[in-house]
Amino acid sequence: MKITLGAVSRPLESLKIKTGDWGTEYPVIIEENCKGCGDCVVYCPDLCIELVEVGKDEKGKVRKVAKVNYDYCKGCGTCSVVCKHEAIKMEIKELYRG
Amino acid sequence: MKLFGSGHGACPGCGLPIAVKSVLEGTGPCFVANATGCLEIISSQYGKSAWGVPYIHSVFENSAAVAAGIEAALKALGRKDEGPVVVFAGDGATADIGIGCLSGMFDRGHDILYVCLDNEAYQNTGNQQSGLTPPGSNTTTTPSGKVLPGKIKPKKDMVSIALAHKAVYVATASVAYPRDITRKAKRALEFEGPKYLQIHSVCVTGWGVDGKQAIPVAKLAVETALYPLVEYENGQLVRVKKIKDRKPVEEYLKLQRRFRHLFKHPKGKEVIAELQKIADENAKKYGLDA
Ligand code: SF4
Ligand code: SF4
Repeated sequence: MKITLGAVSRPLESLKIKTGDWGTEYPVIIEENCKGCGDCVVYCPDLCIELVEVGKDEKGKVRKVAKVNYDYCKGCGTCSVVCKHEAIKMEIKELYRG
Repeated sequence: MKLFGSGHGACPGCGLPIAVKSVLEGTGPCFVANATGCLEIISSQYGKSAWGVPYIHSVFENSAAVAAGIEAALKALGRKDEGPVVVFAGDGATADIGIGCLSGMFDRGHDILYVCLDNEAYQNTGNQQSGLTPPGSNTTTTPSGKVLPGKIKPKKDMVSIALAHKAVYVATASVAYPRDITRKAKRALEFEGPKYLQIHSVCVTGWGVDGKQAIPVAKLAVETALYPLVEYENGQLVRVKKIKDRKPVEEYLKLQRRFRHLFKHPKGKEVIAELQKIADENAKKYGLDA
């Protein structure tokens, strides 16, 4: 018989809390402008942006662009402010449009 | 596995998760002791832990002592190779409530990286002043009114306090520069003994800034020299972040609700002048002007 004593907290259980419905805005990545610099990734307070491969550039180098996981994005807009390449714009969620 | 994950309860635009993930990026897997405070509330609720590393929260004042116990145990058991011991504590837990335990940790020379997440007030209970609240700041315990223009005394100089304890590595950082935080956390671990890293972290609700303004505001704290980024190794100042065209402190203050009264209060001008003097002194002391 296996007994779990007391309250056991397991790693990264927060992942089941989908915080994506918090914000009124959401970021849209403009892929053509994205240089894959990763600035938005290091700044995002909700750890919900990653760089994903989208084929190769003209020189045959792997091209990566930012991708948002909307399940967790709180719409703070930090990514759109730190991006130096105008590759992220914030939009109002449909629910909150007038 | 990620060391810190999404789904935590921080306000949109909060600086704390940026600071935490940047530190963990530098340290890798480690043992975390966390003081009571915002970070504890947003990341450790039962069944909702955002941590991917061993984590313990006990009470407000003792995170340095808890970490000291973990470090001593790892040493005694010959398990030091399993990872460094890291403390995350807020400014109140560090400069006020836990300063005794922190002093003991320094004094006994524990091999610990102590990270102070400085959002300049007790923010999880709604913005009460701490020893690291800057002058002029409007908090619920230092409200600006007819007589007082917000908090009176300057920030406690925790860098000097850590240096006076002969901490082997002492540095400040800011969420405006996450890669710098990572570098400093990594560098700190190259030293054996007690290390102190203080990270300026924007509180969007307490400071009254829009989420989008969080990083620009944090940058301005550095660019005005109100929050100098410095690095000491074995007591010697080894690196500072230089500032090109230092900005007047008003540029930083005017973006935040907590300083708004300074532009109308009869004593506001005096406080702004005092803050400018602090910035000028920082610039001179650390040679910040490029
Ligand atoms: S969206 Fe902007 S910040 Fe993010 S990777 Fe692309 S260019 Fe860099
Ligand atoms: S809006 Fe905020 S939470 Fe959403 S992806 Fe951008 S930085 Fe992350």
